[in-house]
Amino acid sequence: MGTFRQNVEATIPALRRYARALTRDADIADDLVQDTLVRALRSEHLFHGGDVRSWLYTILTNLNRNRLRSLARRPTLSPIEDNDAPDLAGPEAGGRDIERALATLVEDQRNALLLVVLEGLSYREVAEVQGVPIGTVMSRLARARVQIKSYLDGERPALRRVK
Amino acid sequence: MIDRDSPVTEDELHAYIDGELPADRKEAIANWLADHPEQAALVASWRAQAEGIRARYGAVGEEPVPERLKLEQVLNHDRKNGRSWAATAAAAAIVAFVLGGGTGWVARGASAGAPTGFDVIASEALDAYKLYVVEVRHPVEVPGSERAHMTQWLSKRLGEDLRIPDLQAIGLKLVGGRLLPGPTGAAAFYMYESPSGERFTIYCAKAGVPQTAMRYTSEEQFAAFYWVDDKIAYVVSGPADRERLESVTKSVYEQIDKSAAKKS
Repeated sequence: MGTFRQNVEATIPALRRYARALTRDADIADDLVQDTLVRALRSEHLFHGGDVRSWLYTILTNLNRNRLRSLARRPTLSPIEDNDAPDLAGPEAGGRDIERALATLVEDQRNALLLVVLEGLSYREVAEVQGVPIGTVMSRLARARVQIKSYLDGERPALRRVK
Repeated sequence: MIDRDSPVTEDELHAYIDGELPADRKEAIANWLADHPEQAALVASWRAQAEGIRARYGAVGEEPVPERLKLEQVLNHDRKNGRSWAATAAAAAIVAFVLGGGTGWVARGASAGAPTGFDVIASEALDAYKLYVVEVRHPVEVPGSERAHMTQWLSKRLGEDLRIPDLQAIGLKLVGGRLLPGPTGAAAFYMYESPSGERFTIYCAKAGVPQTAMRYTSEEQFAAFYWVDDKIAYVVSGPADRERLESVTKSVYEQIDKSAAKKS
């Protein structure tokens, strides 16, 4: 019991990092982490072993999917890009570029890429989190990388613009 | 992007930078890249992406955890809210569904309006499928070896005479089952597995309507057939292979129908 909570606690900083990259918004990210923790603690009795960390990533990923679905139904809520603003110079510019590049990814691809690159999960763990075969994880990763590269190389596809 | 005759595949290049290769293969690829500048540049660009992502977000993992995310706080807050977790989880799932709509339903354009209670049940069932189907060690609460006990227990909790279909004839072994919170109260959930590890689940809950036609929905990886028979909603979920799922559903339906016939 103690170990379960200790493991959950030890994962909180990593969950915040993953959530921040997923949502690109500090408040939304921490809300997501909070919901994840609430759900994990309530379901503690359902958890009888295995990797707590992967399980937490799974919950967070699923909650974020629900969040995106509800956003998708609200067409006015997409102030994702201030595309016309000139890019900043310096290191900030690179950060904003990668942030925008991530925003252009399909959700499942973004999840896979961040879990591997940022969270250091193995392909196998990501497959478990996403509930798909490893081959699917690999193709999501490959597609994510192609998309980001083409975005950063300047072939920026028309982003969803909201007038 | 990679020559067809080349011994190195693009998948391997990804595995290479993600640390998924054994040491000897890793070295072989490093050597191969030294002779293939185009691919080396590609690999370098992927690495740069990864570094960019880590540079942008890595520091968040080093920040002190805000007060409200400390476990103590989360526990207290949750206790104060007082609602049973089952009720909250069910409510949250319904709200998420009503707001967002399952992509499957919307994509099929089945109904642009508000989802019916029946659709909510199907959506819950598919969520349960996705949650538990990946569970390796503890996918169920009661093992399939205790079928009689499980039938009795779940029937009692749902207040309906349930029958747990036997799918051995089509090569599916009963892994077991569990009780879940559903939009209409308790729901029963059974999981079956094929020798190759394919998993299918059946979800049963009380429905608001006496009977419906059978419907089908699919997401990218998963699909479900769902219907209401004798005021119970059934949702058969599995990997998104319609023909296979249809044949599984047929077996399930036949057995449920048989048991309904017996009752009357």
